[in-house]
Amino acid sequence: MTDQAQLLPGTLDLLILKAVSLGPLHGYGVLLRIGQISGRALLVEQGALYPALFRLVRQGLLEASWGTSENNRRAKFYELTSTGRKRLREETDGWNRLVSAIASALAARPEEV
Amino acid sequence: MKFLAYLRSIASRFFRRSRLEGDMEEELRSHILHRADDLVASGLDRAEALRRARIEFGGHERFKEECHEAIGGSFMETLISDVRYSLRLLRKSPGFMIAAILTLALGIGANAVVFSVMNAFLLRPLNVPQAESLFAVWRASSNSAYESYPDYLDLRERNHSFDDLTAFNVAEVSLDSGANPARAWAFEASGNYFDELRLQPFLGRFFHAADEHGANSAPYIVLSHSYWHTRFQDDRSVVGRIVQVNKHPYTILGVSPPGFHGTLVFFNPDFYVPIVNMEQVEGVNNLNTRKVRGVFMVMGHLKPGISPAQATADLKPIGSYFEKTYPQEDGNMDFSLARPGLYGDYLGGPIKAFLGGLMILAMLILLAACANLGSLFAARASDRAREVALRLALGANRVRILRQLFTEALLIALMGGVVGVLGSIVLLRALSAWRPFPRVPLHVIVAPDSTVYLVALLLTLASGFLFGAVPVRQILRTSPYEVVKSASARIVGRRVTVRELLLVGQIAICAVLVTSSMVAVRGLLRSFHSDFGFEIQNAMLADTDLSMGGYKGDRVPAMQKRMIEALEAVSGVESVGLTDQPPLGVAQNNTMAFTDRATDLRSGKEAADSYMYNVSPEYFRAAGTALLFGRSFTWHDDKNAPAVAVVNQQFARKLFGSVAEAIGGYYKVKDGTRIRVIGIVEDGKYANLAEDLQPAMFLPILQSPATQSWLVVRSSRPPAQLGPAIRNALRGLDAALPFSVSTWEQELDLAFFASRIATGSLGVMGVMGALLAITGIFGMAAYSVSKRLRELGIRMALGAQRREVLGAALERALKLLAFGSIAGLLLGALASRVLAFIVYQASSRDPLVLSGVVLVMALLGLIATWIPAQRALSIDPLRLLREE
Repeated sequence: MTDQAQLLPGTLDLLILKAVSLGPLHGYGVLLRIGQISGRALLVEQGALYPALFRLVRQGLLEASWGTSENNRRAKFYELTSTGRKRLREETDGWNRLVSAIASALAARPEEV
Repeated sequence: MKFLAYLRSIASRFFRRSRLEGDMEEELRSHILHRADDLVASGLDRAEALRRARIEFGGHERFKEECHEAIGGSFMETLISDVRYSLRLLRKSPGFMIAAILTLALGIGANAVVFSVMNAFLLRPLNVPQAESLFAVWRASSNSAYESYPDYLDLRERNHSFDDLTAFNVAEVSLDSGANPARAWAFEASGNYFDELRLQPFLGRFFHAADEHGANSAPYIVLSHSYWHTRFQDDRSVVGRIVQVNKHPYTILGVSPPGFHGTLVFFNPDFYVPIVNMEQVEGVNNLNTRKVRGVFMVMGHLKPGISPAQATADLKPIGSYFEKTYPQEDGNMDFSLARPGLYGDYLGGPIKAFLGGLMILAMLILLAACANLGSLFAARASDRAREVALRLALGANRVRILRQLFTEALLIALMGGVVGVLGSIVLLRALSAWRPFPRVPLHVIVAPDSTVYLVALLLTLASGFLFGAVPVRQILRTSPYEVVKSASARIVGRRVTVRELLLVGQIAICAVLVTSSMVAVRGLLRSFHSDFGFEIQNAMLADTDLSMGGYKGDRVPAMQKRMIEALEAVSGVESVGLTDQPPLGVAQNNTMAFTDRATDLRSGKEAADSYMYNVSPEYFRAAGTALLFGRSFTWHDDKNAPAVAVVNQQFARKLFGSVAEAIGGYYKVKDGTRIRVIGIVEDGKYANLAEDLQPAMFLPILQSPATQSWLVVRSSRPPAQLGPAIRNALRGLDAALPFSVSTWEQELDLAFFASRIATGSLGVMGVMGALLAITGIFGMAAYSVSKRLRELGIRMALGAQRREVLGAALERALKLLAFGSIAGLLLGALASRVLAFIVYQASSRDPLVLSGVVLVMALLGLIATWIPAQRALSIDPLRLLREE
């Protein structure tokens, strides 16, 4: 548990969009998927997931419908809408730009200045 | 309909919420079940897995709340749930709710009333179109708006800044619509009056400038809407009817619109008549002389784009033109602009000051109410500390709890505001219907409008936040663990709490109100017994204007003599005098007096501006004015005899240097007449009670005739008998002449009006302040007794005396009361200095007032602590200890 990183603020939405973009998921499934794709490196507080899901639904990025899970339990499944897909692309680009900018900033050496 | 739709949308949200709530609950449960499934798969047993899954999930309620917020639009839903919760809580403590609502209703109501009056008088201009550009021409040199009629015509011709100028004058006349002569008040107005005011008639037509063709050429009247309603019962056929005005036939042209009450805020005329008919209406024709400033006010709309400053500058050359061309009549002309409604700053100034002061007091009341409510809420919050702690422990966030508390406070505030505004509407209705003087059409028409409601709402919300904010710190500091651990949250060790500070402040405010109202009441009482220079006891007044009966020239003094003789014959009458105006009456005549040596008789060169009364020989005896030196008039001081006068001491001092030199001395009036002083009377009050010593001269009616006739009848017979006797005697002389008969005391109501109003409103404020102080102290004392019941019980069980128990229970409350009272008394004494300007003889250094305030505050303390004290004394230690 200790080597898990805290999420940067604002990144949870991006992670949820990414997780759902790989196929419809219910809430717990999103949690597992994030753990899986991040190599168990990112910690998401379980309860905190739901306000984020509700927010994304309200923004029209996700769509929710009730269905049956692999455990044969009733669960609410989330799917990406087309706006959600677009938003994911934009946010991913934005994130990559940010990461490379920060990476090059951090890699700067005294002689390059 | 819109409102209904709104309600429906809220209702649908409600239902949606409950469905949503179920949905959300199921989803979260599904999550926990899935997690538990995984945990079971990793080897835990089912029950343990479910427990772990729940713990891992975290604050269930908190996330649900956050989900609601994430869905959005939850502001309304949170609000509704808070309102429902608050209502449920309030229903559990109806006593608290009623006390809180009434407290705030007092504060909001007081503010709504005072603000409505202020709104009606000061903020809202006259009820005519484009009132903001309507200005009166003010003569700064004499601080009045009076002009002579020819000067008015010149002003109208020569100015470049008004689109037109209209003039009006106030006159009392008799109006007879068929064998029922009654007195009525008229505005004599220039022909362009209604056109300049841009009004349209309600019925018929108005008179216009084109109707004026010289003196007495326009025998028309326009009725005011309210007079048409009361005197003519809304009869639409009155248009075109002929009525008798002072026994001259006049045609009713039309009726003015209902919202228009003339161009003075207080004074509502019964009808309007062209000013060119002055001779018939007033009995004198001043249309052609500049000597008599007989026009009450000249006013008009500024042309578009002209500022008041430009207009004032434009009037300057006209003033110097007057000074140069008519040095005798118009010396020293200096014009400025003023608002017509309250007669410029003459009335407007004091009214502004008074209402401003009253508004401050009303705000203080509201502040006291808020302090009161704040301490109530703080007490409630500390009682609810357990509940709050429990909710915090269950994961509710503090913002949410505070929000609920504010909702509760605002709910109380709104309910209090509604009650307060409703109360103020009732009060204002009564005020609008009130006619303080039956003789004079003075009205205070105050109808609350949207501005008033808006201000009341804002004040309500502001006070809701104010007293709602008091317990905030307490909530923020609540630590769930501490509270749940110990039985009750008791903050020990703090010497002074916010609540106590609030209470001291509130008591101080109350003491200010009590002090100022007592100072005012005392001043008013004293002014009734001060020396007016005449005796108001055992005197009645009968008044008429002989021009109303068509009397002219020599018939006037003859009739006046007959009236005096007729009244002297009434049994029980000691003496009868006649004057053209009683001192301290509605209007006073002024004239300039010059020394005998003076050759330059222009205004500005006079030795004194003196009040002038035209009186009969017996007047001084009848009025009870002491003749100090010399003699009074006789009926031989007539037109053929040398001009003589009786003057008061102040006049003698101003013109002759001393009383001794005045007797037998001469002075001059404006037209150059030399007048010999034959007698000196005591000084008195003439225009108002608060004035300094003023010079006054009295002239014999035979030398200085006037048609206005006030008969002063001195008799010790009760007014109820004497009044009808006077009326009968006068009716025997001329049945068609309308008379009013009253006691001199009633007649003085006008002079006392301002101080009466001030005293009345301050009295009400004082009572309100006292009520708030009682509830505040009561709340504090009752709360502290209930909190310390156990401790007091133990003390009693250990043998404490009643006195000691009382001391322990109430010491704090009484100390606070003493602190607050002293602070308030000092502040009140300061505030009362301001009062001295309005209320004659108001003094804050009066020992009676000071001890009165102390007594009142002590009494309030006694009343407020009585019930808590009884409760403390009736503690039965055994029962109490058994219960715990």
